[in-house]
Amino acid sequence: MKKKQHREKNRTLGLLWQFLKGSKRYFLISILCAGVTALADMIQPQIIRAAVDCAIGGEEGDFPAFVMEAVERIGGFAYLGQHLWIMALAVVAVAGVQVLSQYNFRVFNTKASETLVKTMRDQLFGHIERLPFSWHMKNKTGDIIQRCTSDIDTTKNFLSEQLTSVFRISLLLVLSVTFMASMHPVLTLIALIPTPVIIAYSFHFHRKVHDGFLDCDENEGKLSAMAQENLTGVRVVRAFGRERAEIDKFQKQNDHYTALWEKMAKIMSRFWSVSDILSGTQVMLVVVFGAWFCVHGNLNEGEYIAFISYNSMLVWPIRMLGRMIGEMSKAGVSIDRVAYIMDSPIEQDDPDAVDAPMDGDICFEHVSFAYENAPQMLHDIHFTMKAGTTLGILGGTGSGKTTMMLLLDKLYPLEEGNGRITVGGVDIRKIRTAHLRRNIGMVLQEPYLFSRTIGENIGILSEKPDLEAVRSAAAAAVLDETVCSFASGYDTMVGERGVTLSGGQKQRAAIARTLMGDTPILIFDDSLSAVDTETDTKIRRAIQQRFGKASVILISHRITTLSAADKIIVLDRGRIVEEGTHEQLKAGGGIYQKIYETQSGSREVIS
Amino acid sequence: MTEKTTHLKYFGIGKILPFLRHVRKLIVIMVVFGLVSSVTDIILPLYQRYALDCFVGLGTFDTLPAFLIAYILTILVAAGSNYISCALATIIEMRVNRQLRQTGFNHLQTLSFSYFNQNSVGYIHARLMSDTSRIGSLVSWTLVDCVWRVSYLVGAVAVMVTLNPSLAAMVLSILPLLVILFSIFQKKLIRVNREVREVNSRITGNFNEGITGAKTIKSLAIEEKMENRFTEETDNMRTKSVQASRLRGLFAGTMNFASSVALAIVLWKGGYIAVDQIGTFSVFMSYAQGMMEPLRWLVDIVSDLITTQVNIERFTNLLAVKSDVTDTPEVIEKYGDTLNPKKENWEPLKGDIAFRNVTFRYPDGEETVLEHFSLDIPFGTHLAIVGETGAGKSTLANLVCRFYEPTEGQLLIDGRDARERSQLWLHDSIGYVLQTPHLFSGTVRENLLMGNPEATEEQILSAIRTVSAEEVIAHLEKGLDTDVGEGGDLLSTGEKQLISFARAILADPRILILDEATASVDTMTEAKIQAAMESVTAGRTSIMIAHRLSTVRNADLILVVRNGRIVEQGTHRELLEMGGYYHELYTRQYEEEATARILA
Repeated sequence: MKKKQHREKNRTLGLLWQFLKGSKRYFLISILCAGVTALADMIQPQIIRAAVDCAIGGEEGDFPAFVMEAVERIGGFAYLGQHLWIMALAVVAVAGVQVLSQYNFRVFNTKASETLVKTMRDQLFGHIERLPFSWHMKNKTGDIIQRCTSDIDTTKNFLSEQLTSVFRISLLLVLSVTFMASMHPVLTLIALIPTPVIIAYSFHFHRKVHDGFLDCDENEGKLSAMAQENLTGVRVVRAFGRERAEIDKFQKQNDHYTALWEKMAKIMSRFWSVSDILSGTQVMLVVVFGAWFCVHGNLNEGEYIAFISYNSMLVWPIRMLGRMIGEMSKAGVSIDRVAYIMDSPIEQDDPDAVDAPMDGDICFEHVSFAYENAPQMLHDIHFTMKAGTTLGILGGTGSGKTTMMLLLDKLYPLEEGNGRITVGGVDIRKIRTAHLRRNIGMVLQEPYLFSRTIGENIGILSEKPDLEAVRSAAAAAVLDETVCSFASGYDTMVGERGVTLSGGQKQRAAIARTLMGDTPILIFDDSLSAVDTETDTKIRRAIQQRFGKASVILISHRITTLSAADKIIVLDRGRIVEEGTHEQLKAGGGIYQKIYETQSGSREVIS
Repeated sequence: MTEKTTHLKYFGIGKILPFLRHVRKLIVIMVVFGLVSSVTDIILPLYQRYALDCFVGLGTFDTLPAFLIAYILTILVAAGSNYISCALATIIEMRVNRQLRQTGFNHLQTLSFSYFNQNSVGYIHARLMSDTSRIGSLVSWTLVDCVWRVSYLVGAVAVMVTLNPSLAAMVLSILPLLVILFSIFQKKLIRVNREVREVNSRITGNFNEGITGAKTIKSLAIEEKMENRFTEETDNMRTKSVQASRLRGLFAGTMNFASSVALAIVLWKGGYIAVDQIGTFSVFMSYAQGMMEPLRWLVDIVSDLITTQVNIERFTNLLAVKSDVTDTPEVIEKYGDTLNPKKENWEPLKGDIAFRNVTFRYPDGEETVLEHFSLDIPFGTHLAIVGETGAGKSTLANLVCRFYEPTEGQLLIDGRDARERSQLWLHDSIGYVLQTPHLFSGTVRENLLMGNPEATEEQILSAIRTVSAEEVIAHLEKGLDTDVGEGGDLLSTGEKQLISFARAILADPRILILDEATASVDTMTEAKIQAAMESVTAGRTSIMIAHRLSTVRNADLILVVRNGRIVEQGTHRELLEMGGYYHELYTRQYEEEATARILA
């Protein structure tokens, strides 16, 4: 168990390392800049100290040799005392360095974290696109999107803010303690006494309130779901006159959620004020003991002021440090959630997969298939479809017709030993997936359109689609006229931010999109169901003209659609039960004949 | 989403003042303690001065006890006032949010259906939940921050001026420069921030598309294309973010540099006072540095205000939407309103419906869908409305429910104009069974009781029997006390449908409107629903919006709708004989149903 956890931790770090590619040097530069800034931060109080103690106060000063040498060259501290502008200039000069390095820190830190996030997002997106279709079916969209957005943001914040801050703060701590210790070790010790207490308190606190925040989040989720439910069910609410009850229910949760936050507000504020007291006391100790050492010990006034400056640099970082360590656990969770996606295996081609010609016969050879944890879907499907012919498939819901097409397009892999599917004699397992899919134009049952213009949607397969080609494909799908009737024509946006297309229009847009691919194999998976019989016929005729040589598979319930096919197969519960031409099947005494009779003779049946 | 930068007065704060009224006392307390807390912030450096000037300068610690007491007291006061103002800021934030949400929610309960038809649930939900939460946090934290920082700035300046006016004047001389800097950077920073947000939301959109459209992307084999597009956006994001950080870095850098210049001025011009007033000198130095912080903060706050202005506008627009259907004051006087119904004045419903010369146009549509339509539907009539999906079958039902009102003409309920009685009375008196059955999270029993909160166990069981749902209920893990999940999603569509029938029966309405399900359920369930529908409508006036024509054969009257208009009407037999559109629809459906039956 422990070993496993350990390995997972390594995996998370490994993933981070992988994402860090390309941004490592930016991180290094930004850390370097942070170091320079911290040093400059340290030097500033020393100048003031030199000014107060030596230039103004006339003390000797125990600065490093090179500093003393420089001072001597200018004319000694006494000279500086008369010309304080030189000291002021030194302050400004150091400030210049400080500001420059700070600026560079910011820019490089952003470059680093943005590059990292970009790498993360790109890799994640690419990975998601290449994950097998079954993975997409298994995982909930909302959850994946959550992982891709807010978990990435948390990780980014961790790397760009928390990680560098922890480094910067530690550096600041070490440096200021060093400088303080060089001036007065005892006072430094006094200053440091409350530090562990503050860090520990802050760390412990942020760990503890974590659950409180989770509770708040959960209740916000509940409230949000309640509002969602009310809005979705608005008709029922009205129909039953339930407005009052709904308001009461919402109010109760609203109050509860608010009360939880009020409790958190008090806890958080208590934390802040306790740490206020702790750090205030620490400053007070330094002020009082500093003054004491000034009078009774070996501390100069300038040193005293410098000491207070260093001390103030300590206070805030110490408070932050505990909080940051406490919050790091959040980032760990997020990285793990991203890792879940990155660790899912992607679709992979056989090492010796080829770009086989796709204009040959299509054969299903004793194909059997079952979805994961589900009963057998296809039983020994065996047939040949000659190149350039049209195949019609008829079957009820769940008879396996769509499954057959998903297997042909390799959206689900056909395991070894369950038969094989060949195109032009080549097993599709040995054909490069991208090549295969690019040569099979499949119109899905429920087509998805991208949120771009209609023109871009139809022309998505070509690099630079020209309007003529798009229009001609749309015309073949009997969509051109409809699109031209829109105010912006082919530039009309589709989806949330544009027009809502009807089911039939979506299907026709998807058909036009597929036609643009000029593929040797075309599959229409019940894709003409939402258009009327007349349009259906028109579309099929147009396809026949454009793609005389293509192999076309039509899945439909309409006998009129199927009748023109060169060969028709009838599927029942995953088995081929009838096979032949329309002429053969319509008198074959099977399912096909029954349906043929219902559909052609129904007019008499009713009256 | 692109943000419109409209200019409301004072960033629209005026519009939300009414929502602050209930917390105004808290706001006053928060401001007072915020002030106290910044006064202590100003006082704390003065202890250093005292220590330097008195302890170190005079070399005596006689006053140490008093000093310590005062110091500790100040720390305690600082901590206490911080506690109060921080806690209050959060509490005010949450209470304002609560108030905004509740007001929005209550308002939504009164809006008419046209609003819900025009706006998606997601859109309304975002107005109600996310916009409100941004407004609350702006109000409270901006205010407390403002108090802290402004009073610190004022206090620091005041103390400096008191201690050494000429030195103070020199330090303050850099202020105008800072103001100029601020005004130069402000607009650019705000613009850059907005650009970053926009790219970010585009990236989210791309993720969404890449995930929901995965099947299509794979079958088109355009993974690379999608990836390239995505990479373009992430590239853009990086460029924009680095740009933004350059600008922010430049701004923060200049501000920091300015504060060092102030420090240098103190050293250069004030160095001499360190000889005898070392304390004052050190105090000046802390103030000179602390002064910049509030100025830097100002940019963030303006940027926040501008962003939040959009939220305020969206939310107040929601509240400004008026219902298309409202009751007259006289009606409210007698029957009460949605929130305070006067049930004692409600008459029982008989169940006669009549359309008198009704002309109707949807509020958002241009086409007249009903023109001078008259129809009597006496009690006990079974009316069916048929037509293709999207043909406008729901219009009549919407009018009967008063979800919309006739543009011209009258709808009579029991011989009286529907507008003479309240909407709630009508909704309470008629039953409505929906196409997509919607249950509320809670148990089956709770959902059934929605129909009639006073129903006895006996009545519940009898309603279940009427729709033959005993088996379904018995099948559930905890029977009637089974949790149905959000929107009833733990149950199947068929189960939900049967329960919603039982709910309607418990309400025992004289008028029942049925929007028949199109969702595919298995044959067994379908037969059950079919039977349930018949027993539910018996002895009531019913209006059925039918998708399956086989279910309307027995209706007293069938209205056939095409492209929003009633094109044919009559009984099933009459319509078939007519050989018109109904005949065509019926034939097609018959074929489809027969095919499906054969294949099943």
